[in-house]
Amino acid sequence: MKSDNDVVITGVGIVTCLGVGKEAHLAFLSGAQAGVPQIETERFKPYPVHPMPEIDWSQQIPKRGDQRQMENWQRLGVFSAGLALDDAGLKEDADACASMDMIVAAGGGERDIKVDSLIVDEALKRNDRELLLNEKLTTELRPTLFLAQLSNLMAGNISIVHKVTGSSRTFMGEEAAGISAVETAFHRIKAGQSSHTLVGGAFVAERADILLLVEGINAHATGEWQPLWSRSDESGGGMILGSVGAFLVLESRAHAEKRGAHIYAVIDAIEGDRGNRKDDRLEQRLTRLTGLVDAEAFAETVVFSGASGIVDLSRRERNVLETRLSGASIRGFGGVTGHGMEAQFPLGLALAAISLDGKTKVPAFDADNEKPMDAPATRAVVTTVGYTRGEGVAVLSAA
Amino acid sequence: MSDKRFKDHLGRPIVAVTGMGVITSLGQGLEDNWAALTSGTSGIHKITRFPTDTLSTRISGTVDFITLPAPNAVERSYAFARETTKEALAQAGLSGDFEGPLFLAAPPVEPEWSDRFALADRSLPSQREGDAYDRFLAALRERPDPVFLEAVQFGSISERLADTFGTRGLPVTLSTACASGATAIQLGVEAIRQGRTDKALVAATDGSVSAEALIRFSLLSALSTQNDPPEKASKPFSKERDGFVIAEGAATLVLESLESAIARGAKVLGIIKGLGEKADHFHRTRSSPDGGPAIATIRAALEDAGMDESGIGYINAHGTSTPENDKMEYGSMLAVFGDSLKDIPVSSNKSMIGHTLTAAGAVEAVFSIQTMLTGTLPPTINYTNPDPSIMLDVVPNVKRDGAPKAVLSNSFGFGGQNASLVMTVEPA
Repeated sequence: MKSDNDVVITGVGIVTCLGVGKEAHLAFLSGAQAGVPQIETERFKPYPVHPMPEIDWSQQIPKRGDQRQMENWQRLGVFSAGLALDDAGLKEDADACASMDMIVAAGGGERDIKVDSLIVDEALKRNDRELLLNEKLTTELRPTLFLAQLSNLMAGNISIVHKVTGSSRTFMGEEAAGISAVETAFHRIKAGQSSHTLVGGAFVAERADILLLVEGINAHATGEWQPLWSRSDESGGGMILGSVGAFLVLESRAHAEKRGAHIYAVIDAIEGDRGNRKDDRLEQRLTRLTGLVDAEAFAETVVFSGASGIVDLSRRERNVLETRLSGASIRGFGGVTGHGMEAQFPLGLALAAISLDGKTKVPAFDADNEKPMDAPATRAVVTTVGYTRGEGVAVLSAA
Repeated sequence: MSDKRFKDHLGRPIVAVTGMGVITSLGQGLEDNWAALTSGTSGIHKITRFPTDTLSTRISGTVDFITLPAPNAVERSYAFARETTKEALAQAGLSGDFEGPLFLAAPPVEPEWSDRFALADRSLPSQREGDAYDRFLAALRERPDPVFLEAVQFGSISERLADTFGTRGLPVTLSTACASGATAIQLGVEAIRQGRTDKALVAATDGSVSAEALIRFSLLSALSTQNDPPEKASKPFSKERDGFVIAEGAATLVLESLESAIARGAKVLGIIKGLGEKADHFHRTRSSPDGGPAIATIRAALEDAGMDESGIGYINAHGTSTPENDKMEYGSMLAVFGDSLKDIPVSSNKSMIGHTLTAAGAVEAVFSIQTMLTGTLPPTINYTNPDPSIMLDVVPNVKRDGAPKAVLSNSFGFGGQNASLVMTVEPA
């Protein structure tokens, strides 16, 4: 039952520790075995993180001046957005970019760790800390750093570098930002409020200032990498962050077909929710959300679970998925990419789109806990359960 | 079923405003704010929140009269939005769980410096240059601090609002810089037009003024340095304007489909008739010199409203009091309205409340509707030496009677953000 206002994925821009771009990820999702992913265990010891792969920024950000105006977080977003536009065949289409809507899921940019260190170290010797702060911030802060930190300047830089200027909206709020971004884009296209939208986000894990926030509740796994569902409370909280860029070009079917675009997959349904997680309330919400999957049997379904690795939450999510979508193949992608925070949900959709389109039998990411697939899936379910709040589910079907 | 009077020119549900709440440096609540705003009172004052002796800008429109459990941007922004939402829901006559979606414009947050200092105090001494965060991490491994985490999560303000007011689904927290408040309204209107809900709660809040925030804007030369007297610093469209005055505030609007508002007998305060947006790719902080994106934004809002420029009776300007914005905004309005612009009153609330940043678009939307409801145009104060290149009727210094049937409100921000709203008294 095809419809003109079906929401289809026509462009995928993806960067993770597994590589740059669609091909690297298609190869991974088609492989016989997942193996042990790229992991950096020394730089932020005792916290392992999934690092960015080697990236030639100039491939998507040709002007050195533009590269210099950003730090890695914005660069990774602008780069991934460029990959998605290229992949959709829209990069050189000035009219399409000028009328393209954009929703970016963003956190904040990098702080100047040297300046912050200088200030707190000096403050340890002084009683007039607030005066010291004024003095040092005035003299030490780079004026342009503010712009590299501002949440909405990832989108701003995408407008500048790629000329995407139909509209520009930035959503914040950790994983929920990514869920709401795709959900909002989906409903706008369904309702005819947008014909084509660039949606996604990026997250850089290789930053002590970002690791710090999460350690407020000791969420990080520590020590060596462990497969996602195999993590235990004995080595930290279970979450391993990953540097991730994930953007999608979403279009109405009519818009995509009119220009002869390749359709990766159709987004059939998507919804986010939140609330108290006490007792079985998380399970109740996830059960309701997975009800979006309109099917009786799930043998041809692959679930790209964005479980953060937080031990208790991941176990609870998996229990619901195994009960509710019995027979589906579950793949906890954060185990191989790292948790991408705002980018986590878009990343799950990107992986699902590549896998459905490539008709891949996705290898188990955690061989002790995930079953091999007998045949490629025709339907994908993407989940994200935020490490402190927010949940989302999307259902995709092969084009 | 659906009556034609509840649909707009494109057959979409008409969206009504049935409740409004506001906080600015002028006070808490629409009544107090409106009295001050129409009497030409400024809320700009010397900063007392932190020492400013050595800073080039020492004034702001901070909101210091709301009691907080802890002095950080999340607590402050939440408290403002909680208060304005209570006011808006009371005006709308709604109690109990709201049962509709929440769209929140909120400032990006970072740890407070007091938190960094506190972490340093309980960390081991420095081993090498630039290792503060490694030491902080070690300290948190020893003793986690969930309160610290909650104060740096972008999702924690909407989380609390959602719990307090019983909104439905996953709330959206957004930032489009100084256009955020307008974008939040836009998202609420879109959701109702999609038919996904018959009501939406829209809030925009900013309680993020700190030494670092002030210094960052200062380093970009964005702020006025005319510190003395504070209330004279913000002078939109004046010749010697030299930057905006950073400020705080919040506003909440209850949006409902006109049909549902009338069905439950709610008083309709105004209609959100049209919205427009267009991003700018010219520069990170500066607008295209030809004003192209701002012009396209205003035109898109008029088109969405099904109106031409002759319908607009008053413009609530972005009017930041920076040399560049006011010039660009004037040029853009001139391009759209032509000769008739000189006959349209245009005033800037920011002359009195400063620039409430994330909250501005919603705060000014509330004042725009209040302008139509009361038939009073708030003035642009501090207008003693007009910029000769900007020929506007800015409602100089003193309020004026007026009965605009439709109002345009502009919001422009860093990162190429542009959004405009058209609001009317009557649905059609």
